[in-house]
Amino acid sequence: MSDALVQFDQVRFAYGDAPVISDVSLSVARGQVVAVMGGSGSGKTTLLRMIGGQLRASAGTVWVDGEDMGGLGEAALYERRKKLGLLFQFGALFTDLSVFDNVAFPLRERTNLPEALVRDLVLMKLQAVGLRGAAQLMPNELSGGMARRVALARAIALDPQVMLYDEPFTGLDPISLTTIGSLIRELNDALGAASIVVTHDVAESLAIVDYVYFLAGGRMIAEGTPEAVKASEDPFVRQFIRGEKDGPVPFHKPAADYALELGVARG
Amino acid sequence: MRWNWEWRVANVVVRFFSRVGAPLTDAIVKFGFACRFFVAVLRHTPTSLLRFSLTLREIWFAGVLSVLIIGVSGLFVGMVLALQGYDTLVRFGASSSLGILVALSLVRELGPVVGALLFASRAGSAITAEIGLMKATEQLAAMEMMAVNPIARVVAPKFWGGVISMPLLAAMFSAMGIFGGYLIGVQLLGLDAGSFWNQMQSQVDFRLDVLNGVIKSAFFGIAVSLIAVFEGFDAAPTAEGVSHATTRTVVTSALVILALDFVLTAFMFRGA
Ligand SMILES: Nc1ncnc2c1ncn2[C@@H]1O[C@H](COP(=O)(O)OP(=O)(O)OP(=O)(O)O)[C@@H](O)[C@H]1O
Ligand SMILES: [Mg+2]
Repeated sequence: MSDALVQFDQVRFAYGDAPVISDVSLSVARGQVVAVMGGSGSGKTTLLRMIGGQLRASAGTVWVDGEDMGGLGEAALYERRKKLGLLFQFGALFTDLSVFDNVAFPLRERTNLPEALVRDLVLMKLQAVGLRGAAQLMPNELSGGMARRVALARAIALDPQVMLYDEPFTGLDPISLTTIGSLIRELNDALGAASIVVTHDVAESLAIVDYVYFLAGGRMIAEGTPEAVKASEDPFVRQFIRGEKDGPVPFHKPAADYALELGVARG
Repeated sequence: MRWNWEWRVANVVVRFFSRVGAPLTDAIVKFGFACRFFVAVLRHTPTSLLRFSLTLREIWFAGVLSVLIIGVSGLFVGMVLALQGYDTLVRFGASSSLGILVALSLVRELGPVVGALLFASRAGSAITAEIGLMKATEQLAAMEMMAVNPIARVVAPKFWGGVISMPLLAAMFSAMGIFGGYLIGVQLLGLDAGSFWNQMQSQVDFRLDVLNGVIKSAFFGIAVSLIAVFEGFDAAPTAEGVSHATTRTVVTSALVILALDFVLTAFMFRGA
């Protein structure tokens, strides 16, 4: 293994018979921030769940820090997850705990730090996402964007070696967006971690990442550095970067003929 | 035409068996999952008992908050028992035995069974709904990703909270029922208080009656708590899934309590 913290070798995954990930290979080295872009339903969240060992590859190997996630037993899997932090697409805050206790949760569960230290750490993380003032609120009192920032603070609470962000920018105003963007970058550099950012936000992510993968229909169809991506003549990449309607990426999930389904044409 | 007729019969037979068979195999598979789940809960029990504050919180939610409904129900059941019992006993001139009748019915049967039925609908459904909603909103998945096992952190404390609460609640049900019986028998119907308590004391055996009742309620506590946490954990992660799971908890618990009660009573009857 190289110094890749996360590596996919020809990975496949299917829900039942429907293939979701097909022959995906990628690698993220220590110190790198990598973006995974792709349309809705292209399998990005699935990819992150495989890194976390919540889904297992049906073929190929997912390596995390040199260990095959598919071959681990329960105890080993939990041990490995200690290196990971995952920001869930929908936050997944504990609804019966306050913002403060949510961020404190991993610290209290996984370490024996004295409560005073936990308090300082929690306030620091909340300060980093700009929500120290919301510490005493309950999750149902937060706006959508605030909830994701709290979830972000919770995900980074233990300074994990591998950070996975599932759409960290959705629902953020332009100011929080740039702040969170640079937070992701700075955190990664300070910790010497590896980060994967799943996102639709082309401009913000191209500004902070080292490398970009494009996922469509469960396949890696393009990759490159931000400069290469911006200059790319690949029709798919061009379409995605510029948000064009027409191009190789279909906006629609494959379906029966539209006219037929509406009953205005005969088969 | 002959062939056609046979084919139709065969078709009906096959359809019949798959209709009957599919739910049956589903039920067997689910039972298998429940058993494995039970083993997993037991395996993670030491963690939850070591951090007893977690279990204590669940005893509060499942047990302490059920005290009111259990106590009031017990009181009413005891009062009804006394009225009905007096009516029967007085025909044999045995109305002084009312205390024994009330106490034995409650301690051996009604306390554990009715207590468990109430517990399942009050606390069991709440446990299922909470775990199911945590699953639907990915809170359990988030916990897993933080390397905190949800079975150890959430499920096992709820299970043990229920198991510990159940016998105590059943005992409280019986105590309130006996008090209700005293109110009706002695205060209202004018039986002699001395013989009411005295006969009860001499005729209710600690091992055969009280202890067997406690054993029953312990079994019910394990069954109801297991059903509640399992249905929550197994719920489909949607609003509808959680609502179905909650219903299943109450229905399955009721059936299991009554069936288990028969089996336990049969065993205790032979032993007595
Ligand atoms: N639990 C599931 N059961 C069956 N199919 C699923 C399940 N979860 C996801 N899928 C399917 O897998 C595919 C990939 O889903 P995934 O959540 O990874 O998409 P995504 O790239 O994260 O999309 P988005 O950007 O909208 O979040 C989708 O086509 C989806 O229909
Ligand atoms: Mg997604």
